[in-house]
Order: sequence, then structure tokens, then C-alpha cells
Amino acid sequence: MATTVSMTVNGKTVSGSVEPRTLLVQFLREHLGLTGTHVGCDTSQCGACVVHVDGNSVKSCTMLAVQADGAQVTTIEGLAKGDQLHPMQAAFREHHGLQCGFCTPGMVMSAVDLANKVKNPSEEQIRHWLEGNLCRCTGYHNIVKAIKAGATAMQGGK
Amino acid sequence: MYNFNYHKPSSVADAAKAVQSAPEGKLVAGGMTLIPTLKQRLAKPSDLVDLGKIAELKGIKKDGNSIVIGAMTRHAEVASSDVVKSAIPALAALAGGIGDPAVRNRGTIGGSIANNDPAADYPSAVVGLGATVVTNKRKIAGDDFFKGMFETALEPGEIVTAVQFPIPEKAAYSKFPNPASRYAIVGVFVAKTGSGVRVAVTGAGSSVFRQKEMEAALGKSFAPDAVANVKVSPSGLNADIHASAEYRAHLVTVMAKRAVAAAK
Amino acid sequence: MSDGGIGASVRRKEDARFLTGRGTYTDDINRPGQLYVYILRSPHAHAEIGSIDASKAKKAPGVVAVFTGADLAADNVGGLPCGWLVKSKDGSPMIEPPHPVLAQGRVRHVGDPVAAVIAESREQAKDAAEQINVAYKTLPAVIEAVDAIKPGKPQIWDAAKGNVCFDWHIGDPAVVDAAFKKAAHVTKIDIVNNRLVPNAMEPRAAIGEYDRGTGEYTLYTTSQNPHVIRLLMGAFVLHLPEHKLKVVAPDVGGGFGSKIYHYAEEALVTWASAKVGKPLKWTAERSESFISDAQGRDHVTHAELALDKDGKFLALKVSTVANLGGYLSTFAPAIPTYLYATLLAGTYTTPVIYCEVKAVFTNTVPVDAYRGAGRPEATYVVERIVEMAAHEMKMDPAELRRRNFIPKDAYPYQTPVALQYDSGDYFSTLDMATKAADYAGFAKRREEAAKRGKLRGIGIATYIEACGIAPSAVAGALGARAGLYECAEVRVHPTGSVTVFTGTHSHGQGHETTFAQVIADRLGVPVENVEVVHGDTSKIPFGMGTYGSRSIAVGGSALIKAIDKIVNKGKKIAAHLLEASEADIEFKDGKFTVVGTDKSKAFGEVAFAAYVPHNYPIETVEPGLDETAFYDPKNFTFPSGAHIAEVEVDKETGAVQIVRFTAADDFGRIINPLIVEGQVHGGLVQGIGQALYENAVYDGKSGQLLTGSYMDYCMPRADNVPTFSVGTHTTLCTHNPLGVKGCGEAGAIGAPAAVMNAVVNALAPLGIKDLPMPATPERVWRALHGQKAAH
Repeated sequence: MATTVSMTVNGKTVSGSVEPRTLLVQFLREHLGLTGTHVGCDTSQCGACVVHVDGNSVKSCTMLAVQADGAQVTTIEGLAKGDQLHPMQAAFREHHGLQCGFCTPGMVMSAVDLANKVKNPSEEQIRHWLEGNLCRCTGYHNIVKAIKAGATAMQGGK
Repeated sequence: MYNFNYHKPSSVADAAKAVQSAPEGKLVAGGMTLIPTLKQRLAKPSDLVDLGKIAELKGIKKDGNSIVIGAMTRHAEVASSDVVKSAIPALAALAGGIGDPAVRNRGTIGGSIANNDPAADYPSAVVGLGATVVTNKRKIAGDDFFKGMFETALEPGEIVTAVQFPIPEKAAYSKFPNPASRYAIVGVFVAKTGSGVRVAVTGAGSSVFRQKEMEAALGKSFAPDAVANVKVSPSGLNADIHASAEYRAHLVTVMAKRAVAAAK
Repeated sequence: MSDGGIGASVRRKEDARFLTGRGTYTDDINRPGQLYVYILRSPHAHAEIGSIDASKAKKAPGVVAVFTGADLAADNVGGLPCGWLVKSKDGSPMIEPPHPVLAQGRVRHVGDPVAAVIAESREQAKDAAEQINVAYKTLPAVIEAVDAIKPGKPQIWDAAKGNVCFDWHIGDPAVVDAAFKKAAHVTKIDIVNNRLVPNAMEPRAAIGEYDRGTGEYTLYTTSQNPHVIRLLMGAFVLHLPEHKLKVVAPDVGGGFGSKIYHYAEEALVTWASAKVGKPLKWTAERSESFISDAQGRDHVTHAELALDKDGKFLALKVSTVANLGGYLSTFAPAIPTYLYATLLAGTYTTPVIYCEVKAVFTNTVPVDAYRGAGRPEATYVVERIVEMAAHEMKMDPAELRRRNFIPKDAYPYQTPVALQYDSGDYFSTLDMATKAADYAGFAKRREEAAKRGKLRGIGIATYIEACGIAPSAVAGALGARAGLYECAEVRVHPTGSVTVFTGTHSHGQGHETTFAQVIADRLGVPVENVEVVHGDTSKIPFGMGTYGSRSIAVGGSALIKAIDKIVNKGKKIAAHLLEASEADIEFKDGKFTVVGTDKSKAFGEVAFAAYVPHNYPIETVEPGLDETAFYDPKNFTFPSGAHIAEVEVDKETGAVQIVRFTAADDFGRIINPLIVEGQVHGGLVQGIGQALYENAVYDGKSGQLLTGSYMDYCMPRADNVPTFSVGTHTTLCTHNPLGVKGCGEAGAIGAPAAVMNAVVNALAPLGIKDLPMPATPERVWRALHGQKAAH
């Protein structure tokens, strides 16, 4: 039943033998050892598993690995350039946009997708965009602040 | 998830063949409902036929006085389409309010209507705009497409290829979401078209339905006040821990009023 | 003080790994040869187990073993212990039923673990579990605690007559009744404090591993207190000595109380790893968390407040029925008693208080501490009844509160419910909050909202909490079966960098940063040269973990004690190096100096000398610079504050939106303001969640959890809440060395009452006096239309 999938993950071509029922998140975590992508629910609500597939944020717990065959996938591990944090990661640190860190990878990946699509998002736009990302620690206050700053920084602003 | 065989055909014809030749074949479009269902082990298809590689199912175009949206077009694409935004802004807005951004990046219009979740948004637009569902076999009027909870007019091996939306004079969609799931507790799509007013309600019943009394009232006067006093009967409406039938009935009126006020 | 010392908003050290996907949560750990465990759980709320046939499952692909309760019993595996003994009014001990790791003969809630399947993959284990045939004989179930105590209801435990675990009280009812007789006004209220599901974003997970060579067991687990788990599991369940059992709680994705307790899965994977000779991993799916993580709150309360004609509180009388679920979770009995009734004085001078609590078994998931634990329930009773009294007596709610606040000069203040508050200033926090919230300008905002068709309301809640758990002797006298001190080890390395080993555990609180700040402040070692290690019983001497806002108050105090020992030893070494008397050495700004001279040795030089003792007082001072301290608190700490919520209600739909929220809190000394604010924000949203969104709803007949996923259990999302205004006013704790009080639970304690007071205030013009939590759109809509609730 196993089938081979290959895709580009964080710029590297990878392939592996999976069952068709293997989820993309399982492939990332269990086959590739990229455990930065988390699973926080089983109903596609919490967003801890958000990665980018062909440039768009998707829930990797609601996509089969075979569906991502041939795709460009970016995970939280692929965001920083070496030791230099991505501006969105840096903004989360600066504004204390994380506590336990579990929802953080999905939050950051969602935020980067927003900033790529909406220049200078308003607080309301950010809060609405985060509909698919649950956080139990921060009360969202500092996440919203961080995303605002991160989006500005991504445009080269300060 | 139970195991299954996986197919990724590159044409609608191959997809139809694959799904029909499997003992328990199932099509997967965006997978936003199907994959969670499989994860909960609530379905056990022998074969999954993925429509994701079929180029002919994608895209948005203006065709005369209607907008044609390919079945595999993602919600995010409809929401951000300049063509849709200028011709039927209500449809773009509806698509932009489905699920969350990650869901909109995967979910498709064809998948949504073929699944016909009673709380899904798209069925209200299909019925509310009097759209036509195009399949690999025929054209089905929107009014005839949705048959009941998770049931449609689709026959085995029949695949939705596109939806044709006539451009209305004005329209709007107003949704009261379930606070937990964010699916519609009640969503009302109101459209003023050349051939009259249509009011389609989702979330409230077992499947999308038209509210004829409101249509008649709005036909006379397309204003919020025209529907404000139309009382909807709770009989036969959905009831759950989030909303009783009475509350849903009340919300139909409120959402209709708000949709009329917002129509453009 | 070094840069990054106490009071600085140091950016967190731990963020580097969390932001880049390099955190190590339990499910991220994979051990060589590891197998997977799937737990088959009861689909019934109450049933006898006739037989379990696992023969097919044992032969399924990839399956290595299937275990049931019988296998554990055969191995003499014990049940999960309860850590707190409460006695009833008549002095009899609570009913303490067994709590088997896997069900023995009967299941008592949906989700009760029945069998464990071990296979090469998760999916194979799950596939095989479907092949297990359990013959259940279903029994009638009882879900609500107030139902369970009625005659003729299903009996969950034979020993617990009428399903009562204990019937406890505090205070003198005769004295309270006498005070009520003198009242000019009595306000009465009935309250349901809704059951909540904690929902830390990381689902629980556990990996058990047995080393045949050394006979040593390792458990990796999602725990807030690995030493407590080692103690409970080792001593009571698996009968393993501590030196052969290591418990590691690596990065943990939130706890909020739900990861304090010793759970069945931890014992199971540890025990079974030796049985099958392979490491075993179990990870909960979210739907499993909903029916296996201990839940919170679930009180039904009647309360009465007696006031004199000027609004002075004369007495408070409270009667509560608390739902414990089907089994006693680890600290369950303490929550609705010593962490609840003792807080009923709140911030007020109420002279006499009586509270009685019936704790009841039902066919639901066990209930235990959830953020705030007893204190939100107490605050809700006090602040709702005070608000209602203000309304009935036509007084300004802020004024009524001020009139009854404990005076600023009354500390230490002995309440009538056992606690002695050491410090506080409720007037200042309320003033701060009313100013920041523009309380005076509310009427205008209400008018403006009315023009938009919205009903606007404002609500105040003040709160007190008892944190820094706990003086061991006091806790022991009240029934605790453990000490509640804390431990810290400060290891100064030869080149002057420092590793701190703490018995507290950080699962979002940022201890790796704040504890490093304390070192920076006291030893002058930069934050980046300090490593804080927690969560591993093989590295840390001992510890009771993190809950009840205790880490800085108790763990931080232990840290200060260890630092003092380091400084004292350093002085001896410095005195030798500087050829001075020890009494003349002072330690300041990272330097040991001979008082009144410019002769000094840097901290690093002294550390180096301790490890390279060539010129050293070797006759009197041991080499090395590594000190351990245990600290047992002298009292609880008493954070307090005032929260103000402002809401708008959509008249047509009943939807409530929080438009403003202001918090003014007193946490004592603050180590890191940025982190403290973050704790407040998070707590507030959990409190707002309780008030408006969250509710664990069970089907009254079948006992199925109807809100068993995020499709139905409403978690607050980013667009449900506003940007907060938070501030602090400090009075220092008088009995711990840092003057700290703790801040972890404040938000969840103050917010529910503030929000509900605001909602009721918004609806008051329509004659509405009360509304149950959560104030869902339909409930509000029904209240607006004078209809009874459908559910």
C-alpha cells in the first residue's frame, strides 16, 4: 500500500515511502523529523500545524502527504536564515507573543501568510485572520501586537 | 484513519472512471470536510480519487452575464478574485468568510456544494443567486441540486465541474456563526435579480432552503423593513446545544434584514 | 544590579527554540525501538464490564500486546492515589474509592480507560483496538451533582452513600445566623459555576522506557511537577523506588492545572515498557483530551449576604454542591474546600462567614484544579452577590466595595475563614482601574451605544487569591499528604557562569528568563550566562512543581536562600584571598569588597578559586561553589486586584462583545513586567472564556460529552477579545525574601465576575438581575425576551 512521495521542504528535495492515509504533518514530524509543526487538535481548528504549501498557509493535519507530492513546503524550521530570525519570529520574541510555544509555529506561519497578502494589516484584520489559530496562553494581546510589528518589519520598516 | 488506495487523475473522465470502478470510491476536492471525517474514522472509502491535479476544474471567468467558477477553485481565490469582487461582491465576501484562512486555501467550491453540509455557506449562494451547477454529465439548476442533509442530486460517478452564477443587481450574505465551530448557525443570502428576489437560508434547516415569504415581501419593497416583521416558523429547523429552533427562526429574520441592508 | 535584573522586561531566553521549531515537547521525543500505545476507552458513562475479548486484536498486524485491568491487577499495580484528605462535618474521612489505571469491572465515565493496545504504529494500534470486544452491561448514569444527591439516583460507589464524597464546612452557622438577624438587607443569589475543559494546546503525552541493564525506568511526560509524579507513581502505583525511576517533563505546552495530576497513561506506559521490553509512546488526540484530562469548576451554589442599612457587610452564608466526577483526581478534594471557602472574605471585612460544601461523585470526567482552582469560584460568588446587593440597595457598586474593603492599615488581617492576609491595598487598585477604564465617563458611552442599537454595560470585580502554596504544616493540618515547599540548587561553574536547578516547572511562564534575572540581580552574572534547568528528576534535587502561582513565591524564595548560601561561602573565600576578616567583606554589584577599601575580588575570581583552590582556606571551607536550599513558605501570598469589563450586547441576536477590559493588579514585587503582563492577558481570556463561551455540556441521560471537540467547545479566539489595559500597584509580600506574590491565575479569577457583572448591567434596564455563565447569544436573547432557557 505504501507509495512514494517527494516534495521540496524548506528548500530541500525530500522523498519518502508513506501509506496514502499518512497526513502531511505526520510525514513532516515522523518521516522528516521536523517536529516544529505541532498537532493540537483533530478537527482542523487549532492551527498548531499550519505550514505553507506552494506559498499559502494550510493545516498540515488536514492534508494527506500524497496530496503534497511535488509541492513546495515551508515549515517553521525553514523560516529563519541560519541564526537570523525571520522578522516575524523576531517580532514575536520582542513583543512576548508566545508563552508555552506550542501554538507558536502555526501562529507564526499564519502571520507570515497574512503579511505576505495584506500590507500593514489592521488589528481587526489580524484578529480576524487568526480565526484558525488557537492560543491558550497569551490571550492573543501580544500576538496581535507582534504580528503588527512583524508585518511592518517584513516590508523593511521598523 | 482507515487505509485506502489513492488516485490522482489528470482529467475529469479519468476521475469518473476511477471513482466508479472502486468498490467504495470517494472523490476528494479540498478535503476540508472529508479528511477530518476520515480521521475520526467515520468513513471508510476503499479508494480516494483526488481532483487536485485536474487543470480543467480550476479558474474563474466572466461569461456574458454570469460568473463561472471551476469546481476546484479555492475559497481564497474566489474571495480575492477581482472578477468576482466587481460582479458579485457578496459572493467574494461569502467565500472570504468560510472557515479560516488555511481552510480557504484548500477548500473548494465544488467540494463544498457536493458535500452539502447543512451549515456550509456556499449552498446559500448557489440557491440565492439561482446558479447552475455544471457536472461532467449535465447542468443542474441550483434549486434542484441540494436534496437534504449531505445529499445532492449528483449521481454515482457524476462530478461537479463548475458553478455558473448569474450576476444579480445586488446581493449580500449575512451569517451568524456558531461561536465554537464558526460554521453558520444561520446564514442568509439575499439577491435582487432581474427575475425577482431570492432569499436562501443555510444553517437553519437540514439543507439550504428558500424563504418565499421574504422573497415576496422584498419583491414589493427591497428594504430591511420589508422582512423585519416576517416571522419564520421554528418547525423543522435544526436545534442543538448552541441554538434552539426558535432562536434559529428568529435569527433568519435578523440575518435577512441585515443582508438586505448590506446588499450591493 | 546587573542589566536584566529584577524589574527589567528581559526578552525570553526560551523563545529562541520555540520560535524556530526546536522546542522538545514529549511527542517530539522518539526512543529507539519505540512502540505506540492506544487506549481503548469506555463509550458509556456507567456500565459493568462483563468480559473483554482481545484475542482478535492480539493477532492484528503490528500488535505486540494488549493489556486490560486484569493484567495490572495480576502484577499488583496500585490505583492512582489522591493527595488530599478532607473530613466531613462529623469528622469522618472522605470516601476515597479506588482509581484503577485500567477499569476493573466497572466504568464510571465516558473515556474511562479500559484496555491498552501496543503496536508498531499508532494507526495499527487504533485499527486493532476496534477488534477488542468489550461486553458492557450499561447502568443508568447521573451527571449533575445536584441530581446525584437526590434519593433513588444511580450509585457510583457503594461506599459513597447518596454519591457524597464528603460534606464539609467552615465557620459557625449559629454565629452567622445571629448576624443575619440584625441585617437591614439580605441579598440572595443562586449560581452555577460552569464546568470547563482546561485545553492546554499541547495534548497530554507519555513515553515509558525500561532499561534492562540497569533496571531503571524513565517516564517522559507532559507534567507540571515531575517529582510529584515520581513520588505518586513510584510509591503508590508501581512500587518503584525513586532511585530507579526518572521522570522527565521536557517542554510542556501549557498546563493550567490539568497537567498537575498523576494520570493512568503515565503509569501504564511505564509499567508496560518493562512488560514488552520496548519504549512506549502514548499521545492523546484532542478528542481524547476532552474525556481524559481533569476538568475544572462545576459548582452549584446558593449564597446570602447580610448588610446593614449603610451597606456594611455583616455576614455571608454559602452552600455549595461541587461535582468531583467519577473518581478522585489527585488534588480534587482541596479545590472546593480549602482553596474555595477560605477565599470567601475576598477583599472585604465581612466579619462572619459560614460555608458548607457537599462534594459529589457523578458519571463525568474527574474534576480538579483549573487555573485559579477554587478561587475563581469564590470570587464569582462574592463579586456577583456584592454587585447584586449594590443594585438592590441602589448604591454605586464601586462605592459599596470601597465601604467594605479591608482598611490599608489593618494588615496583617485575620479573615473569619482561616487566612491571614499579610499585605494589600484594594483601594488603590480599584482607583487605578476606575481611572484607566474611565468609569466616570461610562454613562456617555452607554448613551452613544444605545444610538447604535447596542446595550452597553460595565462591571467591576475585585479579587483576592491565596497563592504561593503552601506552608507545609498548615497544608498538612488541612489534609495535604505532601509537603509543599520548594527546592533550588545554584551551581556556580569555575568560570563564573551559573546553572540553576529548580523544582518548579515552566510550561509557558518563562522561568528560564525570570529565574536567571534573579541570579543576575543578586550575583551580578549576566542573564545570558545563566542556565535554568527544570523538569528532570535526575538533575534536580527535589521539587513540588508549578501551580497555584507558586513558582516565584516559593521556588524563587528557595533560589534566594541558595544564592545567600553562595554569597556567604564566597565571602569566606574572598576574605582569604583579600587577607581580610570575613565580617568585613560585603558583596555588591558582583564584587566581594573589603568594606571601606578598594580591595575587591570579582564574583568570577572567587568562583574560580573555589574550583582551583591553590590559595584557599581549605581547612575551613570546602572547595566548589554549589549550594542547594529548600524553602517552606511561612504563609500564603495574597495577590489582589480590580478588573473592569465593558460589554456591548446586540439586542437582536443576544451576542455579547467585550469592548474594553481594564485590570489593575497587586502582585507584589515584579521580576519581569513583560512576562507578568502576558500572564494577566492569558488569564483574562480564560476568564472571559468562562463568562461568555466555554461550557462542558454532558448529555443528561447518556453522559456523552456534547462539547467534546473544538467544533462544540467554544475556545475564545483572537476576534472574541479586545486589547487589554493592564497595570499594577505594588504592596510587597511581607514574609518572603523577594516580596513577591504571584500572578499566574489573577486574570482567570477576576474576569468572570467582571464580565458577568457587565452583562447583567447592560441588561439591567430591561429588568434582568442575573444570568448564568456562559452568557451565550441564545441565553441573552432569551433573557431579553423574557423566555426561559431551552437548555
